[in-house]
Amino acid sequence: MFFRRIDIALDQDAHARFLPLLIAFMVYLAILAVAGIMVLNHSIERWDKGISGTLTVQIPPPQDSAINSDATTSAVNDALRVLSNTPGVLNAEVLAEDETLELLRPWLGELAGQADLPLPRLIDVAIDRESGVDTQALSRQLSVSVPGASVDDHRVWLDRLVRLLKTVELIALGVVAVIGFVTIGTVIFTTRTGLALHSEAIQVLHLIGAHDNYIARQFAGRALWLGLKGGLVGLIFCVPTLLAIGYLAERMQIEAIPNISLGVPQMVAIIVLPLIVAGIAMVTARVTVLRTLARMP
Amino acid sequence: MSEGGNEFIVRFENVGLRYGLGPEVLQDIYFELGAGSFHFLTGASGAGKSSLMKLMYLAMRPSRGLVSLFGRDMAITPRTKLPALRRRVGVVFQEFRLLNHLSTFDNVALPLRVAGVRENELKGQVEELLSWVGLQNHMKARPPTLSGGQQQRVAIARAVIARPRLLLADEPTGNVDDRMAYRLVHLFEELNRLGTTVVIATHNQQLVDRLGHPEIRLEAGKLRMLSNSQGGIERKTAADGSPVAPFDPEVLNYL
Repeated sequence: MFFRRIDIALDQDAHARFLPLLIAFMVYLAILAVAGIMVLNHSIERWDKGISGTLTVQIPPPQDSAINSDATTSAVNDALRVLSNTPGVLNAEVLAEDETLELLRPWLGELAGQADLPLPRLIDVAIDRESGVDTQALSRQLSVSVPGASVDDHRVWLDRLVRLLKTVELIALGVVAVIGFVTIGTVIFTTRTGLALHSEAIQVLHLIGAHDNYIARQFAGRALWLGLKGGLVGLIFCVPTLLAIGYLAERMQIEAIPNISLGVPQMVAIIVLPLIVAGIAMVTARVTVLRTLARMP
Repeated sequence: MSEGGNEFIVRFENVGLRYGLGPEVLQDIYFELGAGSFHFLTGASGAGKSSLMKLMYLAMRPSRGLVSLFGRDMAITPRTKLPALRRRVGVVFQEFRLLNHLSTFDNVALPLRVAGVRENELKGQVEELLSWVGLQNHMKARPPTLSGGQQQRVAIARAVIARPRLLLADEPTGNVDDRMAYRLVHLFEELNRLGTTVVIATHNQQLVDRLGHPEIRLEAGKLRMLSNSQGGIERKTAADGSPVAPFDPEVLNYL
């Protein structure tokens, strides 16, 4: 459709040759930024779901580890009693010692298996956030009943992390916006140069009765074609970059970033992005030409 | 067509034209061109011939006064309607203004394409006209490779391909020798016989005197003389009274 014949020699314009290159670069950056935003969003959602409904009660090991586990056990029971009396607590489960060790394994490695480490007892508590559990009051109450017990509300550090990630996300969105503006600005510049270069042909077309649309369509078609070409190149270069990032993330085994791979909707979004950029180039060229032609009688 | 044969194709009333804030290059222009008329537009260089032509082919709007084309007042015609009117005006520009990157065929096809004529329909028309002007062997040639005379014929073919009702030629004889100029004017006369209103801007007074068509004379931006405001030369017919064939083979000899 846009490969219809062109009366204006736009395909010979040296000044427009850099446009696909620039669009390729812009699409490349935009895809990275958008992929980043999607991964962050995904992570935030997962953490939110997985963590926000829990907190952990920690009961420190007795000072003299040789003596007894009885004291600890009674402290654990005390804590459980307090918890069961707290409204909003859905479930409280004491982690077995080997489960606790398992949690330590990433830090201590094989050392974690050697049993004479003084380990705190951990109680995994499921709570109902909706009922408005006062974690600070719970913490006070626990430390009265069980000296040394502490409440670890994941929400606190999660909130901070989410805030950080949201900021990063905003910055990425800003980058995408800047990319959009740069693309529009470049297309306007390229189109205006083209209009000036081909003003003679445009005047002739105008005088033999061409509608503004007829002329604008040729510029818009050209911009769309250059945009698609650049977008495709940008997309192609993005694939190895994204794969490399995914591979590195996997190798680092950062548990906090659970899933850096992209799902089908994300893939679709990334493939659509060059099309959107090409569409922006087309519309921009069209509007630029129509505005210029409107000044002709 | 909405306008009848008696109506004026072009009508100027009290027209003035200035470029920017400069002096008026055309002042108080009054004239009318009847359908089927043939006029020479004469005057010294800088007298305003090209400006008057520009007003007629709608490249400009007048600074004041009334310009009416095909019975339409240009002052109240919306800009979106102008392309349709321009398609009824064929123009041979002073410097031909062919598009150098397009072939002869594409240059001549341009007015039809702009008007939305399909490729399969326009092909025959363009080829027929190009053969008529003797360029059947140069359809794929680009204008820079053609001689001045050939380029001129391409320009004329482009001007007439869409069968305009008004044909304007701005100094079409400016770059050619007298012989060619004479042939060229005969070609326009041929088109005029088919009903096209013709205006030829020229400063070749010899040509004007020799052919005897009415003359519009511009002197320093003012229209000094309109030797035959009735316009319209007698339609020539063949001996049996039928109109002359559209593509008179005789015309080829002029070229």
